[in-house]
Amino acid sequence: MSQDKLLVTFSPHVRDRMTSDRIMLLVVLALVPSMLVSVYVYGFYAIKTYALTILFCLAFEAGFQKIRGTAITLGDNSALLTAILLAMNMPPNPPWWLLMVGSLVAIVISKQVFGGLGHNPFNPALVGRVFLLIAWPAQMTGWIEASTVKAGFAFDTVSAATPLGQVKAEVLTHGEIVSDNLAGMTDLLVGTVNGCLGGDSAIAVLIGGLFLIYKKIIRWHVPATYLGTVFVLTGIYWFFSPDKTLTPIQHLFAGGLMLGAFFMATDYVTSPMTPKGQIIFGVGCGVLTVVIRLFGGYPEGVAFSILIMNAFVPIIDNYMRPKSFGEAAA
Amino acid sequence: MPFYGFKGGIHPDYNKTATAGKAVEVLPVKEGGHYFIPLAQHIGAPAKALVKKGQEVKAGELIGKSAGFISANIHASVSGKVVGLQNIPHPVAGKVPGVVIEAAGDQDDIMPVEEGEKFQDTVLNAGIVGLGGATFPTNVKLSPPKEVDTLIINGAECEPYLTCDHRLMLENAEEILKGALTIQKELGINYLIIAIEENKPDALEVFSKLGENYEFELVPLEVKYPQGGEKQLIKATVDRVVPEGALPLEVGVIVHNVGTCVAVYDAIEKKKPLIERLVTVTGAVGEPKNLLVRIGTPVSEIIEHCGGFPEGVRKVVMGGPMMGFAIPSLDTPMMKGTSGLIAFRESDMPNLKQTNCIRCGRCVDVCPMGLIPAIMDRYVVKEMYEELADWHVMNCIECGCCSFDCPSRRNLASGFKTSKREVMKILKAREAEAKK
Repeated sequence: MSQDKLLVTFSPHVRDRMTSDRIMLLVVLALVPSMLVSVYVYGFYAIKTYALTILFCLAFEAGFQKIRGTAITLGDNSALLTAILLAMNMPPNPPWWLLMVGSLVAIVISKQVFGGLGHNPFNPALVGRVFLLIAWPAQMTGWIEASTVKAGFAFDTVSAATPLGQVKAEVLTHGEIVSDNLAGMTDLLVGTVNGCLGGDSAIAVLIGGLFLIYKKIIRWHVPATYLGTVFVLTGIYWFFSPDKTLTPIQHLFAGGLMLGAFFMATDYVTSPMTPKGQIIFGVGCGVLTVVIRLFGGYPEGVAFSILIMNAFVPIIDNYMRPKSFGEAAA
Repeated sequence: MPFYGFKGGIHPDYNKTATAGKAVEVLPVKEGGHYFIPLAQHIGAPAKALVKKGQEVKAGELIGKSAGFISANIHASVSGKVVGLQNIPHPVAGKVPGVVIEAAGDQDDIMPVEEGEKFQDTVLNAGIVGLGGATFPTNVKLSPPKEVDTLIINGAECEPYLTCDHRLMLENAEEILKGALTIQKELGINYLIIAIEENKPDALEVFSKLGENYEFELVPLEVKYPQGGEKQLIKATVDRVVPEGALPLEVGVIVHNVGTCVAVYDAIEKKKPLIERLVTVTGAVGEPKNLLVRIGTPVSEIIEHCGGFPEGVRKVVMGGPMMGFAIPSLDTPMMKGTSGLIAFRESDMPNLKQTNCIRCGRCVDVCPMGLIPAIMDRYVVKEMYEELADWHVMNCIECGCCSFDCPSRRNLASGFKTSKREVMKILKAREAEAKK
């Protein structure tokens, strides 16, 4: 062996096997149960939405990096993950151009212009969703009735409202909930309920989320404090005016809360790094979600509240620095 | 037995099985072989050379004199002729001045250490430094300016691959204990603790037997890196927190490695200076071994004795894989602080392709010093040393847990290590400013 070929690198000379691209892939894997449920419920529409969003997102990521002359980083799987999360935040059957604009906003405007993975202050998929929600409210709330595979493939759909949307509408017009049995617990858990593609099935999201906690990809702090805060606050409100809102359990499982708590609010890049910071973040998301759901103009508040809390992450990180070992108590 | 533990740390693959069961072998002195003895094998000022080219020296003869407070004596490790005073490859400093000795025959006879007035002087005369790897001159550590009530003997050996301390604890347990008891007696210390990681049950067993005749406390440690870090060990065994920027004696503790205890025993009882040490040779070598090696033996010779390299060795690390140094040349000699030689082939090495930080927070979880490596890394990259100082970079013990666990393969620990010098300047300037 020739000696001048010895490689000199800094210590440590051994590393853990986990890499960033594997982490992203594990998160994608954790989303598979939710994807399967959405395909079961919305059939062809779901498949089409996932396929188009993935295509657009990967194309925008690679295209933008090509134009800028930087390395193309599709291999880190972050664009794939953003694409799936964005698709899950869409109504079941959106027009193709809506997906294209959403992908453009998510990948280019909210991630790549800031410097790509790791540098974006806001969750890209949520920026995409909220932009579309504000710019094309009609298309973004074109719900169709959740049935089973057959409906989607038969192109025979009935438009419908989400449980949260219906409650909001009824309370605004009648001052209280008028319809009985808005959304059964079984429907909420299994996912046969009208709404966005992903997150409809509380059980599917929970399986993926617990898998991520088990694999130590995410910590329990954000999901637990987020869901806990929503449960407690909606519980208090419901206790005093049960005719004006869903039960706290229904609040937990309705809309995008479960998906948001396990997969969006835990996004590494846009959430705090320390356990204490993550608790503050989770509680903040919970409070904002409840305020928007109960008193805001929108029936759902998950996307807005996470984005607003994203803005506080740098300051939370700064003030929630743990004590350095042996640091004088001051 | 109390065990309190510490926060953070990692569980790397320990890879100790190749050598843990192998008894220590002595690497014979090669007649006519060249021994390269650096004059800087310790933290602090290099020793001053006392010999001239052409001069005959005996094993154990003083050839380098401790220069200043934090410095150590250097002895000839073999008998023979000084054939050169030249620069010698060093894993950290590039090249350092040193003495080259051509070994003659007859090696049995070692010049005894000159006994000092005080016990510490004998330790100084013997050229003993901390053998755990930090190589801090031991006589300085044995002269605490404050009262110390606890002596902890560090048998953690938490670095992966290394087994030389483990073997030492099995084969020289009594010497370790006697060295420790000498230190305890000389400094009038109340408590003696011997701390060993639980993955060395045989060593724990040996010491628990010794406990029938001697008085000390044996503490089994959780298997976790960096359990052997001084501040971590103190927290884990006696639940005291060494203040930031302070030494262990601030909380009434001193810590010595098991190898250092044997060196102290050898110096006091056998009048033997520190001219050899144990090293674990492992990884991609023909036959992994635990070897007793004279200081100054070139790495190439040690490797040869262990059956040479298989095809494709790309990296050789001196010390453990977590904190050791990759050496540029096999001419690099064994030094007092060298606890291991580990060879890596391309296929043994991790992919080191660096990507953007994804803020996953793993480095925060594993940092045993409670730092936020991910944020500090941003300041390292931008050379913002003021901010680094504010984020307590000086408290970094360079254990490498953050780099180990980083999924983006950021060179966190090495960045902090290289930044500390600049940060030190800033802190000194601040101090001067505050005094005005």
